[in-house]
Amino acid sequence: MRNSIASVALSAAFALVLAVAAPSIAPAQEGDDDTAVSHFTLENGLEVVVIPDHRAPVATHMLWYKVGSADEEPGKSGIAHFFEHLMFKGTSTYPSGEFSAAIAAVGGSENAFTSYDYTAYYQQIAPSELPDMMRFEADRMRNLVLSEENIETERQVVLEERRQRTDNVPSSILSEELNATLYQNHPYGIPVIGWQQEIEGLTHDDLKSFYDRFYTPNNAVLVVAGDVNANQVRTMAEETYGEIARGPDLPSRARPMEPEQKTTRDVTFRDPRVTVPNMSINWYVPSARRAEKGEFEALAILSEVLGEGLRSRLYQDLVVKQGIASSAGSYLQGAAYDYSALVIYGEPRGEAELETVEAALVAQIDKIKSEGITQQELDTARTKILRDQIFMRDSQVRSANLFGAVLATGGKVEDITGLPERLDAVTVEAVQAVAKRYLDMGHAVKGYLLPEEGDRS
Amino acid sequence: MKQTSNFHPGAFMRSFLNAGALVALILIVVPAQAAVQIQDVTSQKGIDAWLVEDHSLPIITFQFSFKSGSAQDPEGKEGLANLMTGLFDEGAGDLDSDAFQLKLEELGAEMSFRTNSDEISGQVRMLAENSDEVLELVRLAVTSPRFDADPVERIRSQIAVGIRADERDPRKQGALKLSEALYGDHPYAHPDEGTLESLSGISPEDLKAFHARVFARSNLTIGVVGAIDAESLVSVLDTVFGDLPEEAELRPVADIEPKLDQEIRIDYPLPQATLQLVYPGVKRDDPEFFSAYLFNQILGGGVFSSRLFNEVREKRGLAYGASSYLHSRDHAQSLAIQTATSAERAGETLSVIDDVVASLRDEGPTEEELEVAKTYVIGSYAINNLDSSTAIARTLVGLQQDDLGIDYIERRADLINAVTLDDVKEIAKRLLSQEPALLVIGPAEQARNGG
Repeated sequence: MRNSIASVALSAAFALVLAVAAPSIAPAQEGDDDTAVSHFTLENGLEVVVIPDHRAPVATHMLWYKVGSADEEPGKSGIAHFFEHLMFKGTSTYPSGEFSAAIAAVGGSENAFTSYDYTAYYQQIAPSELPDMMRFEADRMRNLVLSEENIETERQVVLEERRQRTDNVPSSILSEELNATLYQNHPYGIPVIGWQQEIEGLTHDDLKSFYDRFYTPNNAVLVVAGDVNANQVRTMAEETYGEIARGPDLPSRARPMEPEQKTTRDVTFRDPRVTVPNMSINWYVPSARRAEKGEFEALAILSEVLGEGLRSRLYQDLVVKQGIASSAGSYLQGAAYDYSALVIYGEPRGEAELETVEAALVAQIDKIKSEGITQQELDTARTKILRDQIFMRDSQVRSANLFGAVLATGGKVEDITGLPERLDAVTVEAVQAVAKRYLDMGHAVKGYLLPEEGDRS
Repeated sequence: MKQTSNFHPGAFMRSFLNAGALVALILIVVPAQAAVQIQDVTSQKGIDAWLVEDHSLPIITFQFSFKSGSAQDPEGKEGLANLMTGLFDEGAGDLDSDAFQLKLEELGAEMSFRTNSDEISGQVRMLAENSDEVLELVRLAVTSPRFDADPVERIRSQIAVGIRADERDPRKQGALKLSEALYGDHPYAHPDEGTLESLSGISPEDLKAFHARVFARSNLTIGVVGAIDAESLVSVLDTVFGDLPEEAELRPVADIEPKLDQEIRIDYPLPQATLQLVYPGVKRDDPEFFSAYLFNQILGGGVFSSRLFNEVREKRGLAYGASSYLHSRDHAQSLAIQTATSAERAGETLSVIDDVVASLRDEGPTEEELEVAKTYVIGSYAINNLDSSTAIARTLVGLQQDDLGIDYIERRADLINAVTLDDVKEIAKRLLSQEPALLVIGPAEQARNGG
C-alpha cells in the first residue's frame, strides 16, 4: 500500500543497513562506467546515486528527503508521515491524480515511506519513462497544493492507517510503547505515524511550513537503479531537478540525545487475543554514524552470531538443543542518524514457561559477554553478511533502498562499498567488547506480550 | 515480436550435440535496452526446465515446484504437506539436520520451501562458484529427506505454536471461518498448517509415504536464472532430479464453486472493522481471463486509480486501503474485495462498495478506464515479474504451470489489447450478479443491517 511506515519493517528487511556491498560493486566514482555505482551532486545541492543494472528493462527512481519523524517539532508528531500522504494530492502544474495516472498508464508502480530520519518516494517504470518521472517528482518538490479539504480527508486516511497498523494489532501496541520506554529523551521514542491526538491537531500552517522547510533539493538524495547509465541520469536530472533553486541551508539535525540510562524497565501488554506469550530484551546502541570506529561492524557481527538464522547461538541453544522455544533470535535495527537498537527475542514452545525462555536468553548474553566468540564464528558471520549483500544486489529496490537509507542518515557511498575491509578489521576481542559495553542488563528494556491475567491456554 | 539477432546457434548446437538435449531459445523483447531470453532445456532423462542465463551477478537461482500441496493431505492428517515442507533442510541422505545446515551455511546458500493448497515449491539461491556442492544438497533434500524424529518434533511443535497463537486472533479466525464457509468439506476448507489434532497424528512414516507419492518428475516444474549455461543445466537437471520416480500418485481433487450469499461475522471489540466480500472468479484458462483481469484492475487492482480506492479512500477517507483480487486456484476461483474501516463507519463503507459494484455491474467501466487498465497491465509485467532473479525464476515456473507457452510474454500484450469494452461489461455482469459472501470482523453492532 502507498504510504507505508518504514520504521521497523523496512529496517528489518534491509537487514543491516549498516550496509555492506557486494564485492562486485566498484568504488564509487563519476563517469559512465556501465556497472559501477556513481555518485555526484547537482549545483543546487541534490545528491545523485546511480546503480546500473542491465538485466531487465526496468528502472527504479527514488527520491529521499532527509527528514523523518525525529525531525518533528514537539507536539507535532506524525507530521512527516502525514506529509508523505499529502505529496500525492496534486500541484499547481498537475492536478491531483495526474502523476499517479501517468505512472499507471505506463504500467509503473509507485509508493512512499517514512521513517525516523527520512521520507522517500519511488516509482518503478520502464527506463524510457525516467525523464517524465523526474519531471513530476521535481514538480511536487516545489509546487504542491495544500487544500483544507485534502488535508481533512487524508487525515481520516492516516487515522485509519494508524488503527489498522497499530491500534488493531497487539504486538504493534506493545512495540510502540516499548519504543517510547527505550528512548527516554530522544525522539526515536515517538512513533513514526504519530500519536493519535497529535495527528488530529496538525494544522494547515504546520504542514505548509514543514514543506517549505524540508522539501528542497539540497535536503534530498536521488537514487536511480536499473537499466540506465550515469551520464543519461545526470543529464535528465539536470534538466528537471536541476531547474529548482537551492533552498536555505538547513540547521544541523541536532536532537535531544539519550542520558545515561540506569534502570531496567518492563513493558507489558496483555490482550485476550494473545494465546502464546513472547518476550524481547531491547538495548539502544549507537548508529553506524555515531559509533566509534569499528564498533558498529562489531555489533553487526555480534547480532549475527548471537541470533540471526538457524545456526545462531540463540536458535541452536533454545530451539534445537533445549527445545524450550519455538523461536529465538536477535536483530540489529537498520540505518539511522543517531541510534540503532539491538533486540533479542523468544517465544516458548510446548510446556515451557516464558520465564525459562527469558532465563536462557539472558544466559546466552552473559556467556557471550564473559567468553566472547570464536574466530570461526566471526569468519562465518562476516562471510554471511557479505553474501547477503551479493544477494541484495539482485533486487533493484533493495539496492536503491540501501544506498538511499545510508545517504539520508548521514552516511557516504564509501560506507557501503568499503564494508568488506571494515568487516575484515573486526576482531573477536572487539565483538566481546561491544557485547560488554552495550548489552548491560542494568538498563535493558524488556517487552512482554501476554494473555489476559489468569489465562493460560 | 521476436528478435533473432541475439540468437546464438553455436550455443544451441553445442548443447544439443554434447548433451543430447533439446534446447529451444526464445528471446522476449520488451521495449527497452535490456531483454530477457528464455531457453527451454530438456535433459537426457527428459526433465524440462526454463532458463534465463545471466552472468551479471555471480549467483544462480533455482525455483521448482511439485503440483500437490495441502489439498493432497490425507484425511485426518491435514497439515502433512506443510510439515513436510518445513523439514527439507532438516537432514537428508547421510547428513543429519545439524550436518545439513552446517554445510548449507558454509556454502553460503539460501534454501527455502513453501506449500500452498496446490503446490509445494522450493527456492535455492547460491553463489555460482560453489553451485555443484549446493546442488548436491538440493538433490539430497528433494530425493532423500530423512524426517528424523527430533527435527520432526521440533518443526511440528513450532507449527503448533503458530496455530495456538492464532486461536484467538480475530483476523486469523475470520480467514479460517471464511474458508470453511466457502468450501465446506472440500480440501480447500482446511488451513495449510492443519489443526492441532491432525498435526499431532502425523508420523515420520506418513511423511515418507507422502514424499514418495507427490515428489515425482511428472508433476515437477523448474525455472533457473543466473550464471549457468544451458549445457551445464542439462546435466545438472539429471543429477538433481533424475532419481525421482517417474509418476506422482496424486489423488483427484474436485473443482468447487465457492458458496456465496452468506454472512460470516467475527464479533470482536476492535477499533476497526475488516470487511471482505467474495464473488465468483474465473479460471486461468478461461477465454475470458483477461477480460476479468482488466475488470479487476478497474474495480480495485493494484493501482491507485481504481474505483474502490478512489471512492473509499481518496474521496471519503474511509479506509487506508480498499482493493480487490482475483484468486484463480487450480480448483476454485473467486474475486475478493477487501477493506478495513473504523467500526462506526463500516455500514457506510459497505454501501459505498455496494454502489461501486452496482455501477460496474449495470453500466460497466468507461472506454477510458479500460484503456488505462490495458496500458497498466501491459507495462507492469516486467516490473512485477522480471525485476530480480527470484522474480524471474518464479515467473518461469508460473508460465509453465499455467501452460502459457514460452512465447507468452511476447503474445501477452496482443491478448490484452484484444479485449473489448463489451467483453469487460459482460464479465462484470457475470461476476457481480450474485450476492457475495460477506466477512465482517469487528464489533457486532456495526455489521450490515440484516445481512
